[in-house]
Amino acid sequence: MRIHLPRTLDEALEIKATDPEAVPLAGGTDLMVLLNFDRLRPAAMLEVSRLPELRAWRWENGTFLLGAGVTYSRIVSSLTEFKPLVEASRTVGSPQIRNRATIGGNLGTASPAGDALPVLAAYDAEVVLIKAGGKTRTLPWHQFLVGPKRNALAPDELILGVRWTVTRGPGSFSKIGTRNAMVIAVAGLCLVMDEGQRQLRVALGSVGPTILRAPDAEAFASKALTGAGAWEDPRAALPPRVLEEFGERVAAAARPIDDVRGTAAYRRHACRVLGRRALAWALEDRKLRG
Amino acid sequence: MSTKVRERTKGGVGESLRRVDGAPKVKGQFLYGSDLWAEDMLWGFTVRSPHPHARIRAIDISQALTYPGVHAALVAADVPGKKTYGLEIVDQPVLAWERVRYQGEPVALVAAADLETAKRAAERIKVDYEVLPAVADMEQALRRGAPRVHDHGNVLKHIHIEHGNPDVRADLWVDGYYETGMQDQAILGPESGMAVPAEDGGVDLYVATQWLHVDQEQVAPCLDLPKEKVRLHLAGVGGAFGSREDVSMHIHACMLALRTGRSVKMVYSREESFFGHVHRHPARIWMRHGASRDGKLICVRVRMVIDGGAYASSSPAVITNASTFAAGPYEVPNVLIDGTAVFTNNPPCGAMRGFGAVQACFGYEAQMDKLAARVGIDPVELRLRNALSTGSVLPTGQVIRGSAPVREVIRRCAALPLPPQPVERDPITYPGGAGNVSRGERLRQGTGFAIGYKNIAYSAGFDDSAEARVKLFAGAGGPVAEVHSAAAEVGQGVHTVLVQIAREELGIDQVTLHPPDTMVGSAGSSSASRQTMMSGGAVQLACRAVRDQLFERVRQWARTRGLTLAGELRIMGADVVTDGRRLAPVVDFLEQPVVATRVYHHRKTTPMDERGQGDVHVTFAFAAQRAVVEVDEELGLVRVVQVACVQDVGHALNPQSVYGQIEGGTAQGLGLAVMEEIQIKDGRVLNPSFTDYLIPTILDMPPVVSELVEEPEPGVPFGAKGVGEPSTVVSTAAIAAALRAATGRELNRVPVRPDDLIGLEPPRKSSGPPPAVKGVA
Repeated sequence: MRIHLPRTLDEALEIKATDPEAVPLAGGTDLMVLLNFDRLRPAAMLEVSRLPELRAWRWENGTFLLGAGVTYSRIVSSLTEFKPLVEASRTVGSPQIRNRATIGGNLGTASPAGDALPVLAAYDAEVVLIKAGGKTRTLPWHQFLVGPKRNALAPDELILGVRWTVTRGPGSFSKIGTRNAMVIAVAGLCLVMDEGQRQLRVALGSVGPTILRAPDAEAFASKALTGAGAWEDPRAALPPRVLEEFGERVAAAARPIDDVRGTAAYRRHACRVLGRRALAWALEDRKLRG
Repeated sequence: MSTKVRERTKGGVGESLRRVDGAPKVKGQFLYGSDLWAEDMLWGFTVRSPHPHARIRAIDISQALTYPGVHAALVAADVPGKKTYGLEIVDQPVLAWERVRYQGEPVALVAAADLETAKRAAERIKVDYEVLPAVADMEQALRRGAPRVHDHGNVLKHIHIEHGNPDVRADLWVDGYYETGMQDQAILGPESGMAVPAEDGGVDLYVATQWLHVDQEQVAPCLDLPKEKVRLHLAGVGGAFGSREDVSMHIHACMLALRTGRSVKMVYSREESFFGHVHRHPARIWMRHGASRDGKLICVRVRMVIDGGAYASSSPAVITNASTFAAGPYEVPNVLIDGTAVFTNNPPCGAMRGFGAVQACFGYEAQMDKLAARVGIDPVELRLRNALSTGSVLPTGQVIRGSAPVREVIRRCAALPLPPQPVERDPITYPGGAGNVSRGERLRQGTGFAIGYKNIAYSAGFDDSAEARVKLFAGAGGPVAEVHSAAAEVGQGVHTVLVQIAREELGIDQVTLHPPDTMVGSAGSSSASRQTMMSGGAVQLACRAVRDQLFERVRQWARTRGLTLAGELRIMGADVVTDGRRLAPVVDFLEQPVVATRVYHHRKTTPMDERGQGDVHVTFAFAAQRAVVEVDEELGLVRVVQVACVQDVGHALNPQSVYGQIEGGTAQGLGLAVMEEIQIKDGRVLNPSFTDYLIPTILDMPPVVSELVEEPEPGVPFGAKGVGEPSTVVSTAAIAAALRAATGRELNRVPVRPDDLIGLEPPRKSSGPPPAVKGVA
């Protein structure tokens, strides 16, 4: 096995151009399991966890670019303004795993159970890819995550990071597992209330072949908020049953299966409950904020 | 000469002495079996069957043998001696021939210069299988016309216990059907060991195990070697809980070492470990309890079937245990219990902490709660009314002669303080924990109570004696007592307790342990909560013999010097004292070391007769637990808030270790209650990893409030009962009861799933009436 240890992003991209078989290794959370279980035996590996360019973030013109190599521990400690992302990051594995695991890893693996992915979907994020010569390509999250454990990364590219428009408004991430920590999601949900665009967005993890949005539920809730004048007035009461109906519509967006971690019926039910709770919390948080 | 002497031995019995293996384990310096290393060693790897049931048409090892770096590839024909081994029934092939009967059954072996090479070579071994239909369900296994796992049929062992008049009438009856899933011991250190070929043609096997001598007895015949040429040494054990009672890599590593003439190390991966040891039997239990209007038990009828999987392992003993405990720690005059262990093509099941008593307790305690509701009295009161005590007669006709403070255990547990209601809560403390799924919505609290009991040491006529050798010699810093015992330290603390006992008995400060091996007689298994009593008893006897020999030397010395020794002789630290007066340093009498070897036997028991009657068990330990749980009734998520436990321990020789055992046992019971299950479909394991076989984390584990009832057991060393299992026996039942109280649902299967707690999944029903076995009702 060829092991590449580049010191700069440029060097890494040169290697990727000449040795496109090289599998990028950052935190190794998913990759090392595949190797240890003998399910993957790459001809070459490219260690990217030390590349300073990937470990950075920056704000630019109302958007935020999060480097692919930023670990979940750093997100939790330093990016508190992105509450749903912090909440999702806190559910990733154990403290030891969070010290190594990166946002780029979730994107690279493209598992529907990737904890941070519903947040990126609810942020309407776009994934920034880069190749030798510094040429970048940007894909909306849903064009990047194309299927279960499949993404649109080309063999000569690396994931530079993920970018989203910074919004105003409450939001949350919730994850269900059958133990209280260190568990792969049976269902995950992120809800973001974008007060600027007067739009509510909700994304689901672990309940379909890839991350799913619930557009029907989103439109319903956005409209209900408009109808009640709630975008202007956080104290405005929503009509009865809006929360229930929203939950139903979120559940309808799920495409779950039965597997060793949970049943399809439970997953759909969980989406209903999490959707309802997340909307209730967002409304509550707006009231508290005034 | 100073006459001041200390009154008590420091670090003796009754003190919470620090663990002798504690510091190295905490610092990561302890050497486990997986750390074994030898110059020039080879790595062994096992080829396993991918099929639950198949005929082996042919095995071709030629491609593996020619693979660079490979030193040996072996199949069943290469087993030098006996082709099968087993704890109770010698039925398990060292390497399968003709047929494989479970997924993961070993078929061939490879030794290579490194593990990766061994794995690559193993892929080149071609096994031609003809897949056969698998017997995947324990009830189906008993049906007429079911495919046979073995030629002698699918009934592994049947137990019939009949006491009083089981057809008696009662005022009230409650019925129940219960299921338990297959639990894994989840040992942190997977199976590991190293075989080193010896110049005498024998082999030295360093292995992480629970019972060196029973391994030796099984390994030697398979290698066609006399026992004394197969020397076993205990390697560092990373947990056991029953999983190391059966032979795993032992014979395989020895075969490869003897074939290659090189040391061979084998270490299972986590995934392989799930296939490499036995599990806790899944059970299906039908129960019918009859009582008087005021809640006195009149009759208990039980039918229990457990899935033994493909080979016998210790299933006969497990079903014996499960059956004898099926009526619970209650006085029941009329009993009918039928227990059957069956063969299937599922993974073999065998010993696990609680050994059949766990499954039984889940059933009988659910029944007691049902009965309390029917009678209309408090569940704790119902238990008090029926509790066993010294002199009570068990369903086997056995009379309890030892201590049985069941009522005290119940009362004190019920009186322990309930958890405080927090004023402010971190959301991480809601059910769902770190997942941020709740701000306290729809929480329901429930409290459950359960009691249970467990036998200490082996039963039914088996003499599982323990030997120990104690040597007192002059060390550089004074007298040293060396304890040589084959008792396996599996993390439970037996080595610490043996040191404490030696200090207590000899009065010597410096006590060391000889590495456990087969150069001393058998200690019996580190199982059945027995080592403190058995090996503790042997060390006590050996120490007393050493002391007697030493004092004989002192008396001779005194005689030659014309001294009269009126008072009793004692050892205090480094001195021999009499009448509170220092006589001489102990080392003065140790020009030659003093050595004594002694064997401890527990009281004799008898096997059961055809009606299940007999003096079956040595002694019993009881425990009560009260669990408080919180359920998110919408999401079906659980947080166990507190477990309160009172355990009957006889005499706590190391209280801290006892509390540790209670807490660990509770965690394992909690696991079975709410998350731990090896999921199997058509004989295949679906979750052989810690990613999907979940064990409790610290966020799942509540504070355990525990107290000990110390009523010494007569006739056993220091009056100490074993403490490893009772908490595991009861905690599953207590937590399930609390979940029922919180949700109002029947919850007749553990582990309880979110689907069960919110009613997405109805209570389990049996596929029909309880299956009969050979004309037994």
